[in-house]
Amino acid sequence: MYINFQNAIFYFFATVLVCSAVGVITARNPVHAALLLVLAFFTSSGLWLLLNAEFLAITLVLVYVGAVMVLFLFVVMMLDVNLDRLREGFWKWFPFGALLALIMAAEISMVIMNEQFSLNKMPTPPLRPVDYSNTKELGRLIYTEYFYAFELAAVILLVAIIAAIALTLRHRVGRKFLDPAQQIAVKKKDRIRVVSMTSETKE
Amino acid sequence: MNFLLPNLSPAYPEIFLLAMGCLVLLTGLVAREKLPNLTYLLTQIALFGCALITFITFTPDAIYTFSDMFVDDVMADTLKMLVYITVSVCLIYSRSYISLRGMLSGEFFSLVLFATLGMLVMISASHFLTLYLGLELLSLSLYAMVALRRDSSIATEAAMKFFILGALASGFLLYGMSMIYGVTGSLNIARISEIIQGGVVNHATLVVGLVFIVAGIGFKLSVAPFHMWAPDVYQGAPTAVVLFISSAPKLAAFGFVMRLLIEGVGGMANDWQGMLIILALMSMAIGNLGAIMQTNIKRMLAYSTISHMGFMLLGIVSANVDGYGSSMFYVVIYVIMTLGTFGIIMLLSHGVYEAEKLDDFKGLNRRNPRYAFITLLLMFSLAGIPPTVGFYAKLSVLQAVMNAGYIWLAVMAVLFSVIGAFYYLRIIKLMYFDEPENDIFISPQRDVELLISTNGLVILLLGIFPQTLMALCIYAIQSSVQS
Repeated sequence: MYINFQNAIFYFFATVLVCSAVGVITARNPVHAALLLVLAFFTSSGLWLLLNAEFLAITLVLVYVGAVMVLFLFVVMMLDVNLDRLREGFWKWFPFGALLALIMAAEISMVIMNEQFSLNKMPTPPLRPVDYSNTKELGRLIYTEYFYAFELAAVILLVAIIAAIALTLRHRVGRKFLDPAQQIAVKKKDRIRVVSMTSETKE
Repeated sequence: MNFLLPNLSPAYPEIFLLAMGCLVLLTGLVAREKLPNLTYLLTQIALFGCALITFITFTPDAIYTFSDMFVDDVMADTLKMLVYITVSVCLIYSRSYISLRGMLSGEFFSLVLFATLGMLVMISASHFLTLYLGLELLSLSLYAMVALRRDSSIATEAAMKFFILGALASGFLLYGMSMIYGVTGSLNIARISEIIQGGVVNHATLVVGLVFIVAGIGFKLSVAPFHMWAPDVYQGAPTAVVLFISSAPKLAAFGFVMRLLIEGVGGMANDWQGMLIILALMSMAIGNLGAIMQTNIKRMLAYSTISHMGFMLLGIVSANVDGYGSSMFYVVIYVIMTLGTFGIIMLLSHGVYEAEKLDDFKGLNRRNPRYAFITLLLMFSLAGIPPTVGFYAKLSVLQAVMNAGYIWLAVMAVLFSVIGAFYYLRIIKLMYFDEPENDIFISPQRDVELLISTNGLVILLLGIFPQTLMALCIYAIQSSVQS
């Protein structure tokens, strides 16, 4: 196995990824765990970049680091998570969890070690020219060939928003709120009373 | 970068419906207090407009558009017209019910319209992606509608079960589709069918994928052994929503089965026939035996749906055009019967009282002989007793099954139907021979009164003259399935 620049970067990212992933589940402080998860996302997006998948790399950072993890941190800071209660029964369930992990590891290795998926079955894809951008390609496909499906997905999201609001919004009676339309429509005479009074002179 | 703008004209009904759905949503925000009926009227206008567009743009040829993701053929147009009519009738029946329960809001109607849009998308899908997206659009709207009465714990429980099992079923379906994609390398239904007919593909993987797809369809059609959600949802959801769930989506589900199983993997009929036979037999057994024990009419009708969907699958098992035609006829008739039955149940609910026990039917003949007679027709038809159309629907499916050489299957189907007749006839006995528990006057609005009478009459008339509808179904299938 020889080490060129690309491999060196891969191993660097991979090591950081694995270490931070282990850190996520071992860190005692939930804020530290969340920040380590951010690091894990960041390094895996670096791995995507190595695989020429720029779009996935960018979305991983934007969506997971930018949005999901920030929400996560908010939740962690707002709720007082009692870690000792979460850790309760760890050893009781450890054999079961370990068994599941072993089964999954065995399954993954069965697939990866299989002749069907060996490296000589998967030739290196041809190198793209420097100005090739898969973000552009994806955008082109989504807005042309898959336009219909894209629009449908948008409608599904709209339905999700409607459903979420319809199921959670409560119209409370006696709520105090400002109605901007009413505020704008206010006339001078509604608020100001002009009182005519005789002017007073200084004694 | 040469890209031609897709031909939008076949999709005009969908586009119109989407625009109207958004309009209804916005109107609902403004008109909540001042004009509570405006959203209802707009919804009906939307459905009528769609029907008009579909009718005007009708062509006997299949038109593909949106990079072959969308198809507009005779079967699509026929099913779409039926969907518009069904949804419209649903809304007319349920208007006073939902307004009495404070659900007459923009959200309800826009969810109905978006669910309808999902059905249209499913019906004219020619790509696995659009099939799935249409299904999700429909299901998501339905989950929300079931949960809409959020203060009722039973409705929330029903919505929860519906949602979790529905999500699981979607997962199954996607997994099956991905396997078929893995083998054929395409998501386009026509292309998949070509590759499978070519015959040089990994058959074992295809069959595994097919098993998952059939399981997913089973969930969505509520056939045994994937029926667990149906009785709870029917019992827990508001009756108006149950009426909606049990009627129009069945038409879309039929379209879904046709596109996926027959047009897509029709070359594997030998494999899916066996699976469907098991589903059909189990549904007829569990549906009919389960319904006998129920005292809640909505729960009983859920089991009745399960058995009817099983019966409908028999036509598809026969795997020929006549069989598909008779299945389509069966679905249409089932939808007409279920509309009438739930319409009557909502008539019996007065004020905020929910009529959902069998005892609510006691002595209906004394209270109102006309509705008792309509219920009698509906029950005869559900049980399959001539001269109502339910008999003819069962007969045509059985004929198709016998022609395909499954005599034993037909015999089993008849046996289960006879068992099923018991619980339909029990309602007739309650109506005509028992004392009424209350004598609250049934006074529906004029349009409901007229429509429910028409509904009963249609069941009788179609039973005497079924040929036109049957010919329409066969024509629709014939011009869409090329084999």
